[in-house]
Amino acid sequence: MTPLHLVNARLIDPEGLAEGIGEILIDDGRIAGVGGATPKAARVIDCGGLCLAPGIVDAGVKVGEPGERHKESFRSAGLAAAAGGVTTIVARPDTAQPIDSPETLEFVTRRAAEASPVRIRHMAALTRGREGREMTELGFLMDAGAVAFTDGDRVVADTRVLARAMTYARGLGALVVGHPQDPGLSAGAAATAGKFASLKGLPSVSPMAERMGLERDLALVEMTGVRYHADQITTALALPALARAKAAGLDVTAGTSIHHLALNEFDVGDYRTFFKVKPPLRSEDDRVATVEAVASGLIDIVCSMHTPQDEESKRLPFEEAAAGAVGLQTLLPAALRLVHAGALDLPRLFRALSLNPARRFGLPGGTLAPGAPADLVLFDPDAPFVLDRFTLLSKSKNTPFDGARMQGRVRATLVGGRIVHGEP
Amino acid sequence: MTFRAKHLLGIEPLAPAEILAVLDLAERYVALNRRTEKRGDALAGLTQINMFFEASTRTQASFELAGKRLGADVMNMSVAQSSVKKGETLIDTALTLNAMHPDLLVVRHPASGAVDLLAQKVECAVINAGDGRHEHPTQALLDALTIRRAKGRLQRLTIAICGDIAHSRVARSNILLLGKLENRIRLIGPPTLMPARIADFGVEVFDDMAEGLRGADVVMMLRLQRERMDGGFVPSEREYFHRYGLDAEKLKAAKEDAIVMHPGPMNRGVEIDGTIADDINRSVIQEQVEMGVAVRMAVMDLLARNLRAERGRQAAGVMA
Repeated sequence: MTPLHLVNARLIDPEGLAEGIGEILIDDGRIAGVGGATPKAARVIDCGGLCLAPGIVDAGVKVGEPGERHKESFRSAGLAAAAGGVTTIVARPDTAQPIDSPETLEFVTRRAAEASPVRIRHMAALTRGREGREMTELGFLMDAGAVAFTDGDRVVADTRVLARAMTYARGLGALVVGHPQDPGLSAGAAATAGKFASLKGLPSVSPMAERMGLERDLALVEMTGVRYHADQITTALALPALARAKAAGLDVTAGTSIHHLALNEFDVGDYRTFFKVKPPLRSEDDRVATVEAVASGLIDIVCSMHTPQDEESKRLPFEEAAAGAVGLQTLLPAALRLVHAGALDLPRLFRALSLNPARRFGLPGGTLAPGAPADLVLFDPDAPFVLDRFTLLSKSKNTPFDGARMQGRVRATLVGGRIVHGEP
Repeated sequence: MTFRAKHLLGIEPLAPAEILAVLDLAERYVALNRRTEKRGDALAGLTQINMFFEASTRTQASFELAGKRLGADVMNMSVAQSSVKKGETLIDTALTLNAMHPDLLVVRHPASGAVDLLAQKVECAVINAGDGRHEHPTQALLDALTIRRAKGRLQRLTIAICGDIAHSRVARSNILLLGKLENRIRLIGPPTLMPARIADFGVEVFDDMAEGLRGADVVMMLRLQRERMDGGFVPSEREYFHRYGLDAEKLKAAKEDAIVMHPGPMNRGVEIDGTIADDINRSVIQEQVEMGVAVRMAVMDLLARNLRAERGRQAAGVMA
């Protein structure tokens, strides 16, 4: 492959928390250097001062394979990811047929590798069938490439089952991803308890349920010593518990979804089901607290929680409609809203989008350091556009940002030094 | 004309003037309904479909009577037993109905927001006859008319709403309507039956009934909706009646001339003592039923006027 020399780029370095005009030399699919002369054979690309950052590592993407390929295939998810600047998808196991056996994991790994222009790595279920009763073959699944274990939004209600799975996972050095939510309080909820839910007559859950779920999981982490990641922290109430656990030295990280950073409960308006996500959108106070936690680094990871749903599962009364929103292609422009609003800077944003998820899930990438794979996104942070959901490359178009004014377009995405989207 | 809405989906979007326009017109229909000759022709030539996804006798009968008295062709579809069981979605049902060109669609559905969803998919005027625990606007309008006739005004009254507020669309619509018209609203019930952050609606919340009823002009009892209970909101029916059932003793705390209301159907001995319900000096429960027909006539009349005006404009547009 011809070496590439990307010059005149605004480099976003999430490790040094710095940014500035510079250049990157790519050779053999890896970042070979961040300066110096152009080798003779290299193709020089002038980035025109646009931002060049480590490609996004999206931790927690649902793809419809196996079972719901009409909602999203590895091909369509990969194309959407490339268009959104996502260079690694960390896929969720909460598919129609859960990824809970080494055989299923091998199948999806093969399918993903054939079909997707970006890297796809897989999480596996923590319990068989995600039923919360018996742990899966964690060891075999790790050998088959599972990067973490989770039952997704189905909370393992039985603490004895979870404690044992965590203890066993600790022995393997595996990462367990939890969904912090008290399952009893949150059963059947479609909105966050508060004035809005009361006005609209929607079944709701107190934000306290998130803290209760987190506190329980953290106690089990302290007991078992497992490596733990909370998939989505979305409320102010849960943050002190997270801070305490980190201060106590537990091996704990937390993520949040872009939808909880960019939207609040009022966006549901007149029962718009594209705004139904799990956990439900929160109050503005919670949203602001969550954004601040991302800026401070208390929340480590921002992901899309990409959840494709077909039109039929959304064209229902709000409480009956399926939860979830697509996000691969809107993750970056929606996150840039926070940058434009002055809530955080670009290096800190990419710390949460690229560096931290790569580190936490043990993946290469997320950095501009020499030797790292040349997984990069080149984007114009200011370019304005109005989103039309039918232009999204996902098979499902259930985005809450339809018709929204956004700023920030991906100009090119590189995976392993190959241009998989756009023209730099 | 003051009332400009295309649909009646809830009290929330209505301005006070629109509410009063409905009530004023309803007064005229009260008079009409008391005559032997009850025929009007405001809805002549129009088709009204009552679509109830949830069982209802009283509300459906009231809407049917209201439509027939004004000359509409009325059809009842009890969807609870039909195609929904075969897996048809709400939207498909709506589109099927829309193809039959109804003019007025009266809908009740167990899910909050379902009537809003349906209204987006059809071309006729839609009336919410109760959606989940969201709103039941005609009930609030008929309650308002009943109060205004009994008290001579509809402002600066102290109105106590008692019972299962959390699961009640009647309570939500009444809180919104009576609040818009500047009344003092008190909610009384066990905390398990209060919605979250309800005090943000500008109401006072009491869990002691005698305290909540003190000085009230209107006592509005709600049905304890046993069919909606997941179980465990209150310890037992008898304890509920003891603490929150309306009897003569508790009613003494209210003003001497306080009226007692209930949207029906009543659970005598659970939320209301039979002798209070039947006390013609206090109870206006039968009057509420009467006002129900008149209010629904007024609502459908106003919506039909707007519908005809809109179609007239569209036709004129096509010509031009």
